[in-house]
Amino acid sequence: MSYSSLVSIQQSISDGEINCQKLVDYYLSNIENSKDLNIYVEVFENEAREKALLLDKKYTENPDSVGQLFGLVISIKDVLCYKDHGVTAGSKILKGFESLFSATAIQRILDEDAIIIGRVNCDEFAMGSANENSAYGPVRNAVDTSKVPGGSSGGSAVAVQAETCLVSLGTDTGGSVRQPAAFCGVIGMKPTYGRISRFGLLAYASSFDQVGVLAHSVEDVSILLNVMSGYDENDSTSSSRPVDDYTKDLKVEGKKKIAYFQNALQHESIDKEIREQTFNLIEKLKAEGHEVEPVDFEYLDYIIPAYYVLTTAEASSNLSRFDGVRFGHRSDKAEDLIGIYKKSRTEGFGTEVKRRIMLGAFVLSSGYYDAYYTKAQKIRRLISEKTFQIFEDYDFILMPASPTPPWNIGDKMDDPVEAYLADIFTVQANMVGIPAISLPFGKHKNGLPMGIQLLANKFEERNMLAFSKNLMELFF
Amino acid sequence: MKINQSLISKLEHLARLELSNSEKEEIQKDLNNILQMVEKMNELNTDDVEPLVYINEQQNVWREDKIANQVDRKDALRNAPDKNEQFFKVPKVIK
Repeated sequence: MSYSSLVSIQQSISDGEINCQKLVDYYLSNIENSKDLNIYVEVFENEAREKALLLDKKYTENPDSVGQLFGLVISIKDVLCYKDHGVTAGSKILKGFESLFSATAIQRILDEDAIIIGRVNCDEFAMGSANENSAYGPVRNAVDTSKVPGGSSGGSAVAVQAETCLVSLGTDTGGSVRQPAAFCGVIGMKPTYGRISRFGLLAYASSFDQVGVLAHSVEDVSILLNVMSGYDENDSTSSSRPVDDYTKDLKVEGKKKIAYFQNALQHESIDKEIREQTFNLIEKLKAEGHEVEPVDFEYLDYIIPAYYVLTTAEASSNLSRFDGVRFGHRSDKAEDLIGIYKKSRTEGFGTEVKRRIMLGAFVLSSGYYDAYYTKAQKIRRLISEKTFQIFEDYDFILMPASPTPPWNIGDKMDDPVEAYLADIFTVQANMVGIPAISLPFGKHKNGLPMGIQLLANKFEERNMLAFSKNLMELFF
Repeated sequence: MKINQSLISKLEHLARLELSNSEKEEIQKDLNNILQMVEKMNELNTDDVEPLVYINEQQNVWREDKIANQVDRKDALRNAPDKNEQFFKVPKVIK
């Protein structure tokens, strides 16, 4: 038994070959067999079995009564709130914390009869690109356990890769869904900023964060996006634009215009084989009749600096709520109130989180605010305007998801700057708020997966998914 | 721009952290490396550029002035590290 799409599972259920209980058993045994990968923070074993039993009964009584996600076994990143369940953002500071409510995205999948099998490991407060900054220890890549799975949604990527669930929900602030998807050979998609409510997502950088989907098939990404998208009165940045049906007629109409950045593909940081394979793909797309052209994007090397100024500023503000008073870890060494704040935060947060909070406090502090924070906001506008200008002439931008294949666990731990620069191709989509997807496109000669990324204009998810499906069918 | 130890101590207080001496030195080194990367922003002339603050297209969002999303006392105290029947407990503030 091995399934790569919800449609095939639902077909097997209707043919009587399988039911929810057997599916849950199957995934639970895979979870048990992949414990060395350190994917799960908590497995909701009994609960998943009970829910499967209930759903099988409901289906037997009336097959039309079940929701759109009937038969879907899913895991969720440890930053998404699920009522009466633990959520810790991979941090000691939230040890033992249980959410009082469910995130809107979680509630919407539950309403459609998804079975949540557990919550998965991630970088602490989603800060990292290798899933090494977690209080629960690093997650390992299932292709090669000495390699990182990418981050911050590393647990989600390996959960899908190792078939411990069909789909996983991650979050993407600067590539945290797409880069681990690329490193693990699965699909990872972040939608337009505002398409999915952020209510109940533990905030890292609020003007960048989005819920995203990791899956084996474009069809599964589409159906999850259908279910989770739409306005939410609990998130005033959620978009009230009507939601497309992302599953219907996922066909490519006519020939597309695709841009790529010459300076990205010639960048000093890019792996030779990733470059070559990207150019091969460009040739194949041209052979299909699409117009694929180089465009100038002069801001490429300014994306990462501006991104780290803005996100650390937002993080230092967002993470001020963790003060040890109303919830979370409280130090037993404190004697006064300010001591509670300082000692609880110091004991609770890991090194990378402290580093980013300190940097954020710096760029927001009086005397430095304009030189760093305002400057970065201005650069964000330049990047945004230039990107939308490209979309006046082109349907998509094509770029690798990561300049390199997965590196060894421990390799980039000592140099934060080196680790930050690895986000160079994914951050643009979050800076601008546009949708982007990473598709597995073959293997590096060292056997490791690679991901190619498509970026589309705001709210163009449907076209992006249709083209992705077409690419997967033709080439991968 | 170079970050020195006195600025590190100021930021430490602003961030409500309490770092050991070795952590302070480590963070000072890291922040200086990060700032060196960030200085690249100064190559761009942004004199006539408006800062981009909001990236969503939503206009003002109105709602009815009704009470919603209330948490009862039992739930509110559920995750508290120290509490009594009614309140969160912290060390004495007024001495």
